[in-house]
Amino acid sequence: MTQSPQTVTPVSPGSESRPRRPGRLRAALRRIATPSLLIGVGLVVLTSLFGIIGPFFVADPLAISSGGMQPPSAEHWLGTTQTGQDVVAQLAWATRGSLTVGLIVATLALLLSAFFGVLGGYLGGWVDELFSLFTNVVLILPGLPLMIVIGSYVEQRGLLLISLILAITSWAAAARVLRSQTLSIRNRDYVQAARVAGEKPHRIISVEILPNLLPVMSSGFVFALITAILGEAGLSFIGLGVYGTQTWGSMLFYAQNAQALTLGGWWWFVPPGAMIALLGCGLSLINFSIDGIINPRLRTAPKAARNLRKAEQAADERSSRPDDGSSDRRSTSSKEAVA
Amino acid sequence: MTTLTVSGLHKTYTLRNGLRFTKLRAVQDVDLELSAGRTVALVGQSGSGKSTIAKILAQLERPTSGAITLGGAPIGTRGRALARYRDHVQMVFQDPFASLNPFHSIGHHLERPLLLHGKATRTDVRTKVCELLERVNLTPAESFIDRRPHELSGGQRQRVAIARALAPEPSVLIADEPVSMLDVSVRLGVLNLLARLQREENLAMLYITHDLATARHFSDEILVMYRGEVVERGAADEVILRPRAEFTRQLLVAAPEPSSNPRFLAEAQRRGVPMPDHLALAEDSP
Repeated sequence: MTQSPQTVTPVSPGSESRPRRPGRLRAALRRIATPSLLIGVGLVVLTSLFGIIGPFFVADPLAISSGGMQPPSAEHWLGTTQTGQDVVAQLAWATRGSLTVGLIVATLALLLSAFFGVLGGYLGGWVDELFSLFTNVVLILPGLPLMIVIGSYVEQRGLLLISLILAITSWAAAARVLRSQTLSIRNRDYVQAARVAGEKPHRIISVEILPNLLPVMSSGFVFALITAILGEAGLSFIGLGVYGTQTWGSMLFYAQNAQALTLGGWWWFVPPGAMIALLGCGLSLINFSIDGIINPRLRTAPKAARNLRKAEQAADERSSRPDDGSSDRRSTSSKEAVA
Repeated sequence: MTTLTVSGLHKTYTLRNGLRFTKLRAVQDVDLELSAGRTVALVGQSGSGKSTIAKILAQLERPTSGAITLGGAPIGTRGRALARYRDHVQMVFQDPFASLNPFHSIGHHLERPLLLHGKATRTDVRTKVCELLERVNLTPAESFIDRRPHELSGGQRQRVAIARALAPEPSVLIADEPVSMLDVSVRLGVLNLLARLQREENLAMLYITHDLATARHFSDEILVMYRGEVVERGAADEVILRPRAEFTRQLLVAAPEPSSNPRFLAEAQRRGVPMPDHLALAEDSP
C-alpha cells in the first residue's frame, strides 16, 4: 500500500469544512496530464479565447467594401470575401457562433441523456423499459435528414431552435452508455451498502452513483460538442443553418455560393474548415485522455508514475532544505516521508 | 432483548431463457432465530443461498414467502418502518474492495449512517466518526477520515465497513463472509474484532461463511445449507464433532486435516511443538 505522505498530516479536529488539500489536487492533475491531453486542452482553449475575445477587436464582419476577393495582406490578415468583408472578422464571429451552438447542444444532450439513462437504469422495471424504448426510437432516427426536414419546415431558424433540433437528435447514444454504466454501478456493493445505511433513492443517485459516472458523462459531453459543431456546420453548409448568426458552416456556405474554390480564394474557405478540424482534433484528444482516465487498467497501472512522484518529492525535499524554517506543508510532509 | 426470527423463508427467482421461464429456488423453508449475544453461523457452498438470506434480512431483496419478525412484531418493509428496521439490523458485505464508494472519503462513509440514524448532529459528527474508527482499531482516527478507500488495505477497509455497520448502533449484525476476500494474515484480526464488538454490544450476529473451522470457533450455533435448504443445525461443537447430514461430513472431509499428513506430524514431533489432544491421538492410532 502506498500512502501519500500528505494524507498522514493531522488535521485540526472539529473543523467542519474539509477543503481539498492542494497537494492531493496537484498530484491528481499530474497523474492525468498526458501530452495528448495538454495539446487537446491547448487547442480548445486557444479556439475558445479566439471566439470569446476575438469579436471585440475586429472590424464589422458584415461591412462591405469595394475591394472584394483580395488575398491576405497587412490590412486584411486573411483577405476579403467577394463582397469585400474581412475574413478575420467573420472568422472571429463565426467561432463564437459555432461554440455557442456546440455548448448549448452539448449541455442539453447531457441533461437529456442523464435523465433518460441514469434514471431509467437506476429505477429499472417498466420505467426503464419505457425510457429504453424511447431512447432506441430516437437513436434510430436518421439525424441529418430529420434536421433537414425540421430546418426547412421552420421559417425563423434561430440559434436556440437549431440547437434544440441538434440536441434532440444527438443525446440517445450517450443515454445508452449512461444506462449501461448505471446498471453496472447500481448493483455494486457500495450502492447496496448505502441502501442498508438508509439513504434515500435521490441521494443514492446523486451522491453515490453520479460521481462515479462523471468521467463517462464528461466524455459524452465532449463528444456531443464535436457532433453538434459538425452537425451545425453541415446544416449551415446546405443553407439550413442558423439565420442571422455567423458560424463556420455559414462561412463555408457563402464561400461555396461565391465559388471561392474555383476562383482560387483559399483564404475564404480554408480558415473555417481548419478551425473545425483543429477544434475537433482538440476535443477528440481530450476525449481519448478521458478514456485513459476511465479505464481502470490505465488508472491503477502506473508504477512508473508513482516512482516518478517519489523522485520528485525527494527532489523537493532536497531543494527545500536550505530554508528549513519555512512552514510549507509540502516540504514538511516530504520530510516526514523520508524520516 | 431483541430477537430477529425468520420462519418458513422462501425465495424463488424467475429466470427467463428466451420464451421459457424457469424457477430457481434460492432459499427453501428456512427458519432461524438471532438473539442478543449469540452468533449463528450459516455454512454452505457457493450458491447454496447463504447470501440470499443475508440480502433478505438486510431488506435488499424481498422474500417470496415467509415471516420475519423483530422483537415479536412483523418487520416494516417501506418508509419509516423500514428506516426503523435499519436502525436495528445492519450488514457487513463480503468484498471490502467493492463495498466502499471509491469516490468518497472514509469520513463520508461513516458520517452518513450516523446522521441518517440520528446518532450524531452536524456539529459533533466528526468526533463521533473518530470514536467509530477507534472502536475498530483504526488509529490515529484523524488520519483516516480524509483518505479514500483505495489508500487503505483490505483489512482496513473491512474495518471501515464494520464501523459503518455499527454506526446506527444496531442490535443485529449480518456478516456476509466478512473475511473471505481478505489476506489470510489479517482474517483472524477482523474476526476477533467482530467477536469483541459483539460481546461489547451484546449483538445478535449472523455469521455467513464457508469455513467450518471459524464457524466452530466464533459461533454458538451452526446451520448448514445445501442447495437452498438447511440440512443440519445444532450447537457448534455438536455439528462439527457429530455431523448427521451427509453434506456436513463432506464439508468436514474437504477441509485439509494436518493430522493426516505424516510429514507435518514428524516435523512437529522433531521440533517438540505441543500438539492439540485430538492430533496427538491421531498420531497414536495406526
